[in-house]
Amino acid sequence: MEQQNIIGIDPRSLVPEAMKLKTEGYRLVQICATKAGEEYELTYSFGKEYEFLCLRYNVPNGGEITSISNIFAPAFLYENEIHDLFGIKVNLLTLDYKGNLYRLEHKTPFH
Amino acid sequence: MSMRSVVPFGPQHPVLPEPIHLDLVLEDEKVVEAVPSIGFVHRGLEKLVEKKDFNEYVYVAERICGICSFMHGMGYCEAVEHIMDIELPPRAKFLRTIWCEMSRIHSHLLWLGLLADAFGFESLFMQSWRLREKVLDMFEASTGGRVIFSVNKIGGQRKDVDNDMLHDFLRHFDEMEQELKTLSKTFLNDYAVCSRLKDVGFLTKEQAVELGAVGPFMRASGVALDNRKLGYAAYPEIEFEPITSNVGDCYARCDVRIREIFQSFDIIRQAVGKIPDGEVSVPVKGFPKGEHFMRVEQPRGEAIYYVKANGTKNLDRVRVRTPTFANLPGMLETLKGCQLADVPILILTIDPCISCTER
Repeated sequence: MEQQNIIGIDPRSLVPEAMKLKTEGYRLVQICATKAGEEYELTYSFGKEYEFLCLRYNVPNGGEITSISNIFAPAFLYENEIHDLFGIKVNLLTLDYKGNLYRLEHKTPFH
Repeated sequence: MSMRSVVPFGPQHPVLPEPIHLDLVLEDEKVVEAVPSIGFVHRGLEKLVEKKDFNEYVYVAERICGICSFMHGMGYCEAVEHIMDIELPPRAKFLRTIWCEMSRIHSHLLWLGLLADAFGFESLFMQSWRLREKVLDMFEASTGGRVIFSVNKIGGQRKDVDNDMLHDFLRHFDEMEQELKTLSKTFLNDYAVCSRLKDVGFLTKEQAVELGAVGPFMRASGVALDNRKLGYAAYPEIEFEPITSNVGDCYARCDVRIREIFQSFDIIRQAVGKIPDGEVSVPVKGFPKGEHFMRVEQPRGEAIYYVKANGTKNLDRVRVRTPTFANLPGMLETLKGCQLADVPILILTIDPCISCTER
């Protein structure tokens, strides 16, 4: 089976790391938020051919993150989803749905 | 001077069996921008993992989508099996491969029917779905279900299929292959069909990579990636190459999917020829601890099952990144510059599955 590398990073280095991966020819595969105690763990996955690489950092409950949607265009969907379902504010989104990507009857975030 | 207007498309529309909404910004009849809205039927299935035993969650995963139900269940099982370091019996791996390819055949035939229906070719729609029924009959014979199969479990398969039935399936697939050859001539050569599909909705290879497209939508733009090459189930023992086209229009997406159906027939023949006798599951003890991103190739493209387990019966997190979610940015790009009348066909050519997206 494939090797999966998960690299822990400082939140401030996300944008430069993303730019570096972009110039190396990686594509954005997914962004995932996971509750980790009082924090959220954010995992950004990138792919190049069949290679799979993840960058990870933690953000406190109610914290803010910087969007990478101006580097990887598809990120706007994942980041709006994270905002809607986990309540994490995302700054500098190329397309900000302001909490309306998911039109849910129940109030979000769920956690 | 052209007039700019915004036309709402969906969430209820004749070509959309499921709800998605697009705000189409038009200059006269030309689309200049499209903004999607989803979430009309979001079910919170990922959240449900906190209340379900990790074994029970297989049934929830299967219910993410009625078309890819087998592959959703299998993808989740493979992720947990990887965390628990479970080695499946070879027969279970081959059965998974066979059912995966049967899922691909019936999904692509369903899509071909929907495409024909979208441009008003009713008899072509009916012939496509008539063929698809044969696959559903085989699913029913081998699993007991036509939509939800419940044959996957952590550690293997709940059911075996005897070899006589598998060889019987091969005879059915031989007949289907001949019928599909006839049907594909209409899809690929008919003047009316070609006029709706050719030179419409281009996505270049660079755009496909840049926008994170997956599956036949990506391969029709010349990107030769297929997650079956990653080596899950019995695919390492099957000879096949990703099917691609360098054209990148709607016709190319149709062409790729038709060729993938023929490839699936071939993969099933190889699998039935190589499947060994033996057990179809192994006992599983304990609880998973760890995390894994399982990447599988569904009919619509790459699906990712992220599982994070804490050593108890409940998992910390299951996240499913479905192919349609990944294909939305690419679809929006293809819509730019198209005519309003082509929008339904363009949306269909990514083979959107909203219930997958609204997991």
